[in-house]
Amino acid sequence: MVETKNTSPPSVPPAEVDEVELYHAKSFWTKYVFSQDAKVIAIQYSGVAIAIGLVALVLSSLIRLQLGFPEMFDFITPETYYQFVTMHGMIMVVYLLTALFLGGFGNYLIPLMIGARDMSFPYVNMLSFWIYFLAVLVLVGSFFVPGGPTGAGWTLYPPQAILSGTPGGKGLGIILMLVSLALFIVGFTMGGLNYVVTVLQGRTRGMTMMRLPLTVWGIFTATVLALLAFPALLVATVMMLFDRLLETSFFMPSLVEFGDQLSYGGGSPILFQHLFWFFGHPEVYIVALPAFGIVSDLISTHARKNIFGYRMMVWAIVGIGALSFIVWAHHMYVSGMHPYFGFFFATTTLIIAVPTALKVYNWILTLWNGNIHLNTPMLFSLGFIVTFLNGGLTGLFLGNVIVDIPLSDTMFVVAHFHMVMGVAPILVVFGAIYHWYPKISGRMLDERLGKIHFWVTFVGSYLIFFPMHYIGLVGVPRRYPELGDAAFIPDSVATLNSFISLAAFIVGIAQILFLYNLFWSLRKGRPSGPNPWRATTLEWQTPHTPPAHGNFGPELPLVYRWPYDYSVPGASEDFLAQNDPGPLDSESST
Amino acid sequence: MTNTGQVKVANSVNRAKGLPGLVEDWSSDQRAFKNVSWRKAMMWIFLLSDTFIFSIFLLSYMTSRMSTKVGWPNASEVFSLHIGHTNFPLLLIAIMTFVLISSSGTMVLAVNYGYRKDRKLTAIMLLVTALLGATFVGMQVFEWSKLISEGVRPWSNPMGAPQFGGIFFMITGFHGTHVSIGVIFLLVMAQKVWRGDYDTQKLGFFTSRKGDYECVEIMGLYWHFVDLVWVFIFAFFYLW
Ligand code: HEM
Ligand SMILES: [Cu+2]
Repeated sequence: MVETKNTSPPSVPPAEVDEVELYHAKSFWTKYVFSQDAKVIAIQYSGVAIAIGLVALVLSSLIRLQLGFPEMFDFITPETYYQFVTMHGMIMVVYLLTALFLGGFGNYLIPLMIGARDMSFPYVNMLSFWIYFLAVLVLVGSFFVPGGPTGAGWTLYPPQAILSGTPGGKGLGIILMLVSLALFIVGFTMGGLNYVVTVLQGRTRGMTMMRLPLTVWGIFTATVLALLAFPALLVATVMMLFDRLLETSFFMPSLVEFGDQLSYGGGSPILFQHLFWFFGHPEVYIVALPAFGIVSDLISTHARKNIFGYRMMVWAIVGIGALSFIVWAHHMYVSGMHPYFGFFFATTTLIIAVPTALKVYNWILTLWNGNIHLNTPMLFSLGFIVTFLNGGLTGLFLGNVIVDIPLSDTMFVVAHFHMVMGVAPILVVFGAIYHWYPKISGRMLDERLGKIHFWVTFVGSYLIFFPMHYIGLVGVPRRYPELGDAAFIPDSVATLNSFISLAAFIVGIAQILFLYNLFWSLRKGRPSGPNPWRATTLEWQTPHTPPAHGNFGPELPLVYRWPYDYSVPGASEDFLAQNDPGPLDSESST
Repeated sequence: MTNTGQVKVANSVNRAKGLPGLVEDWSSDQRAFKNVSWRKAMMWIFLLSDTFIFSIFLLSYMTSRMSTKVGWPNASEVFSLHIGHTNFPLLLIAIMTFVLISSSGTMVLAVNYGYRKDRKLTAIMLLVTALLGATFVGMQVFEWSKLISEGVRPWSNPMGAPQFGGIFFMITGFHGTHVSIGVIFLLVMAQKVWRGDYDTQKLGFFTSRKGDYECVEIMGLYWHFVDLVWVFIFAFFYLW
């Protein structure tokens, strides 16, 4: 008989921490609204994030309306165009992806996957959601104030962000944006402390760090990054609020505006850029690392193979996380810096490619010779790998100073970051929803609709963003509502822009399929049973589906193995769950 | 959270000593930090995040100070007290620093008495700490009003670079907010200790969880952190 993983009777260390008394909700309000159950909070987070994400999607259609068919729509002026672009970018990055991956998936999956009854601090967790909700309300509110939301670009660079030439700059727009960001950070910190402490200190017996599913590793590391990166943004927002409201000059040099000398002087706009990108670059990995982790689990489960190089994968996640703090100035090559600094940041940027490439190789080696089930989660995962690879490769170009300088602020950059941090993580979000929906609702999502949704989204995204690389290479700048008749722009650009816009509308509309599927399957979907994918991780082994309050039955599960025992020889099924002691010695040796 | 304050390291598991032991502990099951309760871990991680906030504030201060066109005011003149006919540079700030550092001392005593389950003395020490903290904030208010009366504003400053006012008010204000929040928590905690909530295991009003005297220590962590930050602010604003 082939050797299985355990040869001696499994031993599990005794419990170190007594069971925590859970808070039991008594009324509808405390159960579903002001809930302290991480699973409910997760759904609240996801619901709000997706709702505000739809706003960002609509905004992207408005952007594309203007770019594809300039001068056709009177309601899109340059000012509103800037507002659309700004709010689209900010919502997508912060309020959708960060909130969904950490607040949504983090809350749902961390306690279940590590075998805990709930987050460590359920009350703080609840506050986290409500402050996030408040942040979203303030953000939405900025659409309705006189002057509208800020149009400063999602990077909010001063001095323009708080001057009258920028939409929302002298009105309430920029103030509400900054307040909303500060609230978001406060709310996030409360949640983030929970996720980190729960992973570090709240695991079940037998669940060592090196037996954590990669999903948890990704979310955990991303949360640590967020806890260390958001402070820079918080400081920047506070200082900018001071500049705007009290006329301090932290970021403001002396300026003449419409012939008037402003009272500002002596501040440094570059300082803001450093603060912003010290947050901004780790932010890229805050949305990428959870995606990395989730994809690892999805392909392992749906290819029925153990993940290739688990330890390497963990170290790559941690290494990428650490490196992401020393590359930020690659966003500032054109702001002017000492050539040695450019050299330093280009080098660190390229070094990050090493652990990243390693992960891509490991995913491919995991798939290699696997028993690949081409179901929706798998399709989305494959889509992610290809797209991320694509965006990563253009990233290598942009990481080099001399290549970046001509490409900076062109549509090439827009195409690049949409590939790596727009399309790629969104594909994972979809894949993850198709994968975990059965656990959350007890019913399967419809596969056929799911596949249509995948192909339209995947192919559509390439139709949108592939041509955009070319448009950028010929020199079309980003954040321009209209190109006019610049001599260097060939006619093909206008044609391509209309084409891209059509593709974008189709992709946008196709998301209705997904929403429909979500709601339809809630009632009519095929009942899934507790473990439809025959997966090994603990969330699939709960006594109830959807998991009840407290997640597991009277006893917390004991963990005997890592999460990737698929296609194990000698096992009665083709997988061994993490809490499965496994075939006993005597059986396997006969 | 019940009982998470108590430490139970499994004896049946043999753990290596030294560096390998550290690695083993970190990756071992259930808990990465074996002797640390959830809430203490949370406070440490929060303080790490808060350290980043203060460091970034101070770094922003340094860059601003180095890049202004107008000279920075001379600390020993700006922060001096006139008493009678003499000028005492840094007198006020020396007293403030002394008060805050002393409050760290009384905090330590509170933690100590807490672990001895001496309800009264713990509560008294917490109150004294809160009082010293409030005194600090009071003197800060005095210092602010003095500067304001001399014409220093967030947006301007008669003695030199306009950034001085903005940054000074922003950073000391941010720190003062930390102290004030600490004072509020100290008062609440003193009341709880006095009532004996930690002995009777009364459930928290908001969190519905039981507290114990470890909470005093965790409060102490925060308080010492706020003191430590003050040392840096003191060094960078008043001695530079
Ligand atoms: C249907 C999907 C999407 C479409 C069609 C789309 C389209 C666009 C376009 C055309 C621009 C640039 C406009 C300009 O520079 O003039 C833009 C900007 C941006 N998008 Fe998207 N986008 C989509 C999804 C996403 C997603 C998922 C993210 C999440 C990371 C994202 C993040 C951003 C950011 C950060 C900007 C930069 C905003 C700025 O320049 O201030 N987008 N989007
Ligand atoms: Cu970057």
